[in-house]
Amino acid sequence: MSTVFIAFQTNEETRPIIEAIELDNPAATVYQEPAMVKIDAPDELVIRRETIEEQMGREYDLQELQVNLITMSGHLSEDEDTFTLSWK
Amino acid sequence: MDTPVNKKKLSLKEKYSYLTRDLAWEPSYQKKEDLFPYATYEGIKVHDWSKWEDPFRLTMDAYWKYQAEKERKFYAIIDAFAQNNGHLKLTDARYLSALKIFLQAISPGEYAAHKGFARTGREFPGVGPQVACQMQAIDEIRHAQTQIHAMSNYNKFYNGFHGFADQRDRIWYTSVPRSFFDDAMASGPFEFMIAIGFSFEYVLTNLLFVPFMSGAAYNGDMSTVTFGFSAQSDEARHMTLGLECIKFMLEQDPDNVPIVQKWIDKWFWRGFRVLGLVSTMMDYMLPKRVMSWREAWDIYGEENGNALFNDLARYGIRPPKGWGDAAEAVDHMSHQFMLALYQWNFGTAFHSWIPSDNDMDWLSKKYPNTFDKYYRPRWEHIKKLEANGTPFKNYGLAKNCQTCQLPCVFTEPGDPTTLCHRETEYKGEHYHFCSDHCRDIFQEEPEKYVQAWLPMPQLFQEPINGDLEAWMKWVSLVDGEDNGDYQGSHDQTSFEKWREMATSN
Ligand SMILES: [Fe+2]
Ligand SMILES: [Fe+2]
Ligand SMILES: [Zn+2]
Repeated sequence: MSTVFIAFQTNEETRPIIEAIELDNPAATVYQEPAMVKIDAPDELVIRRETIEEQMGREYDLQELQVNLITMSGHLSEDEDTFTLSWK
Repeated sequence: MDTPVNKKKLSLKEKYSYLTRDLAWEPSYQKKEDLFPYATYEGIKVHDWSKWEDPFRLTMDAYWKYQAEKERKFYAIIDAFAQNNGHLKLTDARYLSALKIFLQAISPGEYAAHKGFARTGREFPGVGPQVACQMQAIDEIRHAQTQIHAMSNYNKFYNGFHGFADQRDRIWYTSVPRSFFDDAMASGPFEFMIAIGFSFEYVLTNLLFVPFMSGAAYNGDMSTVTFGFSAQSDEARHMTLGLECIKFMLEQDPDNVPIVQKWIDKWFWRGFRVLGLVSTMMDYMLPKRVMSWREAWDIYGEENGNALFNDLARYGIRPPKGWGDAAEAVDHMSHQFMLALYQWNFGTAFHSWIPSDNDMDWLSKKYPNTFDKYYRPRWEHIKKLEANGTPFKNYGLAKNCQTCQLPCVFTEPGDPTTLCHRETEYKGEHYHFCSDHCRDIFQEEPEKYVQAWLPMPQLFQEPINGDLEAWMKWVSLVDGEDNGDYQGSHDQTSFEKWREMATSN
């Protein structure tokens, strides 16, 4: 097992995003750090557009994630619907 | 007139392919080798450039849109910071030393990265990396500009910020990152990508930016948090490009594996040496600490690095040669380097100080196996000298390592009481090194490193000729203002006076 992670700035825009990630990734651990939130997950982490849209109550383009991203680890694969980090 | 138009939005993949891949063409009246003359001499074999994908699939239209948004957020906060005397909200003006080092040593590195990526984007024959490198080149110049802009506000009030451009070129401690970037820029495009895209961005920037920004947040420095976050939002893309580049080389041809391994060994160690400065910032310069250098290394170096190297093992890649020595050095380097900065602080354009009892207790807790045994006694001794009116100043000059350009102040692996020193002879001249790894790097490319400009020998050359005052002038260091101990400095007295004015009538 290897850990993948992603970190975002702590702000109003990322709050629903982090909630969506927690819903979609029950194995993930969320760390609230000064001014940032870091999320670790074993081997894989999936971010889904639909879940974010439900949490935000508006349409969302996954490329918007880049505005508040701080760092990440793992191989990325991204399309319209999902943003996946994995070590497999 | 009313022909129905197909309104279906392009998928991300289609958009990426139209706006990136389809921008390329096969040359018809020039040879490809003439258009891209630097693509093969490093020995990297590429059979299919179309295999290079940017996993973010970022196209220029989206790029400008999101970058503009980042800039608007950045300037909103920078303006608010200046309007509200944000500098007086700092925990303490000692914190500014970390910022001064950042401005003198790291921001010019952003500018160098910009130049390097602009060139690399031109030199790669594949359109995927061309576009990604161009975006990164623009990101990096934005980082340099926003950092300088954000810190210019501190320059209105405090010493040590004014001469960063001269200091980047001339002062001794900045030559460590400068030579790192110069070395990368003087390499071919593939090695440049391993140096900056992979080693610096993927393996090391987390250790620099993430704890540093948390540190800024903890110490009340809203302006640095802002430029840090704004830059870091681009870093995820840079890291991805670095990782993509390394996978691409390894998958294209098995002959690439040993070349890539050699670069990983070299650039990991060079990057690790640059982080020596960062370790002192984290362990010694933040009035309110966030995590120790050791703790940051455990998360972002050890854990993250191992995940990466486990993954690359399937291509036949092993962890960098210096990995084990680095893990051991992490418990010593900040202490050894801070002792060096303190004893030469007549020659630094930032302040240092003897750690307080409280600071030392924190360091003992964070470094249970090393601090009390090796470093507390030295600080206690220095403290006694100071109290007796004979503060410890070292006017001797250390040898510089010919490769990493640090003064040779680090100790032997396995023996923290003996200085580590290596040497070699090349064409009748003697060269000195801080470690086995720096010597090995030299021996791979001696003709490159014999040309290195070193800050200590410079003191005896034109226009300095051994005159300390002339040297200070030459590096834009104002004696008695920019340098020396924090205790009794202008920065200390100004900050205390202004804060007093801000909180009373
Ligand atoms: Fe940058
Ligand atoms: Fe970068
Ligand atoms: Zn060295």
